[in-house]
Amino acid sequence: MEKLLELKNLHVSFRTYAGKVQAVRGVNLFLKKGETLAIVGESGSGKSVTSKTIMKLLPGHSAKIDDGEILFEGKNLVHYSEKEMQKVRGSEISMIFQDPMTALNPTMTIGNQIIESLMAHQKIDKKQAAFKAVELLKLVGIPNAEARIMQYPHQFSGGMRQRVVIAIALACNPKVLIADEPTTALDVTIQAQILDLMKDIQKKMKTSIIIITHDLGVVANIADRVAVMYAGKIVETGTVEEVFYNPQHPYTWGLLGSMPNMETREELIAIPGTPPDLLNPPKGDAFAERNEFALKVDYLREPPMFKLSETHYAATWLLHGKAPKVEKPAVRSRKRLAVTRPNLQAVAEKPQVKQSLVEIKNLKKYFSSGKNEVLKAVDDISFTIYKGETLGLVGESGCGKSTTGRTLMRLYDATDGEVLFQGEKVHGKKSPAELKEFNRKVQMIFQDPYASLNPRKTVADIIAEGIDIHGLAASKEERREKVYELLETVGLNKDHANRYPHEFSGGQRQRIGIARALAVEPEFIIADEPISALDVSIQAQVVNLMKKLQKERGLTYLFIAHDLSMVKHISDRVGVMYLGSMVELASSDELYDEPLHPYTQALLSAVPVPDPAREKSRERIILEGDLPSPSSPPSGCRFRTRCPHATELCASSVPKWREAKPNHWVACHLF
Amino acid sequence: MKKYLFVRIINILITLYIIATATFFLMKQLPGSPFDEERLSNLSEEQRIEFYAKYGLDKPLSEQYVLYLKNLVQGDLGDSFYFKGQGVSELIAGRIGPSALLGFQAVLLGFTLGIVLGIIAAFKHNTMWDFSTMLVAVLGVSVPNFVFAALLQYYVGLKLGILPVAFWESYSSSIMPSLALSLIVIALIARFTRNEMLEVLQQDYMLTARAKGLSQFKVIYKHAIRNALIPVITILGPIVVSLLTGSLVIENIFGVPGIGSLFVDSIKVNDYTTIMGLTLFYSAFFVLTMLVIDLLYGVIDPRIRISGAKE
Repeated sequence: MEKLLELKNLHVSFRTYAGKVQAVRGVNLFLKKGETLAIVGESGSGKSVTSKTIMKLLPGHSAKIDDGEILFEGKNLVHYSEKEMQKVRGSEISMIFQDPMTALNPTMTIGNQIIESLMAHQKIDKKQAAFKAVELLKLVGIPNAEARIMQYPHQFSGGMRQRVVIAIALACNPKVLIADEPTTALDVTIQAQILDLMKDIQKKMKTSIIIITHDLGVVANIADRVAVMYAGKIVETGTVEEVFYNPQHPYTWGLLGSMPNMETREELIAIPGTPPDLLNPPKGDAFAERNEFALKVDYLREPPMFKLSETHYAATWLLHGKAPKVEKPAVRSRKRLAVTRPNLQAVAEKPQVKQSLVEIKNLKKYFSSGKNEVLKAVDDISFTIYKGETLGLVGESGCGKSTTGRTLMRLYDATDGEVLFQGEKVHGKKSPAELKEFNRKVQMIFQDPYASLNPRKTVADIIAEGIDIHGLAASKEERREKVYELLETVGLNKDHANRYPHEFSGGQRQRIGIARALAVEPEFIIADEPISALDVSIQAQVVNLMKKLQKERGLTYLFIAHDLSMVKHISDRVGVMYLGSMVELASSDELYDEPLHPYTQALLSAVPVPDPAREKSRERIILEGDLPSPSSPPSGCRFRTRCPHATELCASSVPKWREAKPNHWVACHLF
Repeated sequence: MKKYLFVRIINILITLYIIATATFFLMKQLPGSPFDEERLSNLSEEQRIEFYAKYGLDKPLSEQYVLYLKNLVQGDLGDSFYFKGQGVSELIAGRIGPSALLGFQAVLLGFTLGIVLGIIAAFKHNTMWDFSTMLVAVLGVSVPNFVFAALLQYYVGLKLGILPVAFWESYSSSIMPSLALSLIVIALIARFTRNEMLEVLQQDYMLTARAKGLSQFKVIYKHAIRNALIPVITILGPIVVSLLTGSLVIENIFGVPGIGSLFVDSIKVNDYTTIMGLTLFYSAFFVLTMLVIDLLYGVIDPRIRISGAKE
């Protein structure tokens, strides 16, 4: 097939106060007609910059294309003027962006935003354009398009907005569609809808797609070919099957190994360290520092692209004829998920005596939102957290999982119901001494490692704040010793104590957050999306650390997340929440092998797994529609509006929370 | 929407009532009376009592207060103690023309110039354009307008002699006071617009707009400016206040027969009714401006329009 778009030796740099950042360092890529190419990499790998460079959308005053060619149908876009580029943008090459919440102009109707794009490139009047806009909205699956065209972006949900963004991008039937993390900001069930839509559109319109993502599951789902980027370079490229089943570059090994799939039981293979600083990119192979198989030559000379097949290339010296043969880690086993096999072994392994640590009984947390409106964030949930276990809490945004975590910690008052921690009530009046003791025993790790550390305090002071409050150190020396010890526990070192948070990377900051929580010797830690802001390889580091600490210190975790495979990996038991209520709770193996509730089934089926063969063959349960508003939830079972099995009974009565099988709780009329 | 408006108007009436009451009692607390002035110093005791009776000042305070409110409800602000035979309402009506002209010109000039400067500064971020605009903005905020007024009088009025210095005769008399008044408006608006514009330029939807292949002009005009100007409306309120207080001084300096100078004059002579009337007038003007701003906000920002409609 013909190459539609080709990048040759592309170099892009940014001028900053600190110096020249070489974001893209010699990228060679091509896109054929009608195919989907995925560019995978972590943040800072240059994948987004590459995509914006194709459209020449980088800020003109700081970014510069230093070298290379961008050939689109044989024409070199590098030499195009801004005026000429305007003709290409939108009509030949289109782009969709990561966050649909901010990608649309809030003060313009969505109709006008689509019409504007049509009229920029086609000679049609406004009426025709409006007619076409309605057609486009129908194409991307927006119901009631004629009426909704007059609405503003804030009247749409996140998933619907992303559909609008796609409609805008498709307006002039472009040849290439560049999607920059199009599903990262969406919930899994919505992500599944959008990925389906993109595949559908490609079939109908024969658009070539470049998708930028860090999620290998998404890649396996949608891509034909993959390019793995690291430190501004492509390190491996090939068809999805080649890259997933026969990866050759150590970085690809690491990437695949650090992402759990539903079967991973053993410790995740984290890539040590952090990506290099592109202000002064290292000589030789940029990955050498983090590569356990690095050869001497890796530090000296850049590896060329070694050809493995007509389509498969990788840049590592390990492929050189003279290189020693290394045993590549078993990053992937191709065994299929046995969906129906009951996991008897896992049941037997469970500890016999379970001591409850936190008991939640009929907990409710309502927020008043405006007059006479009550947002039922958490509505009547009951469960128990046992000592020493990790309980995972999953659900889509707005399901109340974070509110639950915060209410358990007494950050919020309970509207009704009670929480018992070690048999004592968490809410209600407490003496200052009791409160202090409770605050020591229960700690929290937050989602955003950038916002959760005070930027004006040194790391030592951040960590020791709890120690000071609770008087856990008798002297300055003891305090210092404790901080050093904690830093080492979380894999940082003594020298870091006197630095400030901005000097650390996201993963390191999250380690500081963990050290801070550990400082007061807590018994129960609530981790609210502790890894969702981190890159895949760093996620694995943090999860491994949390697992290790649990083993050493007998901690109990409540692990709140939306990433189902990671929750499955870390948790002993998993609870699934939907719209303020708990719909299912079971041991993680059982929940993933034999989900009972239709919502859990849909959720699991929506998660893309990093296995192309399985991704492309399996049938998905795609949930229709969006999450209803928690302030006016559906009557009866809250899930009924999206449930494929809903009956009349579901609308009239609320399903009881009951033990359908031993230790497997579910709230559904079907069981 | 109707309900919202109703609630707002009730709130405004309550606010005005509180202000009217407060000024009334504060005024009575002030030492001296309207008849302390020199030209009245040879009044006999009887005459004085007669005067007091004529204006109702002999009655108990509570009665005076009730009477005052009664008149107020009927739209009567009372008669001036100083300007014989003139009602305060007429007095204000007669003086409002010049003040309104100054205010209007200052706001118009301030907004136009401020927004243009702000946009230029944002687009030429970190260049000489940006720096010089911001220098003007800082000067505008930090230099008191009477200093600027005096400079204008000296250079434009005396040295160049092209505009009248301090008397009110034709339209040209309004130019310098309007300029002096607008300085702070330009400064505030320019700075605010620049910051908002810089913020908006960073937004994802700007990228979407560019990715559509729109021309540079359309991207800026249709996507950037409108979004950047929404927050600018919020500072209209403080600007109106600064114009009101600014006009007190400026009108005196330039000899403008507006309500600002009327206010100052009436304070000098303890003209109770005029002071109270003007205070109420200023307050009413201010709260109504705020209401208009809030309504405007709804028109320009669809997000607020909808939530407002829900109420």
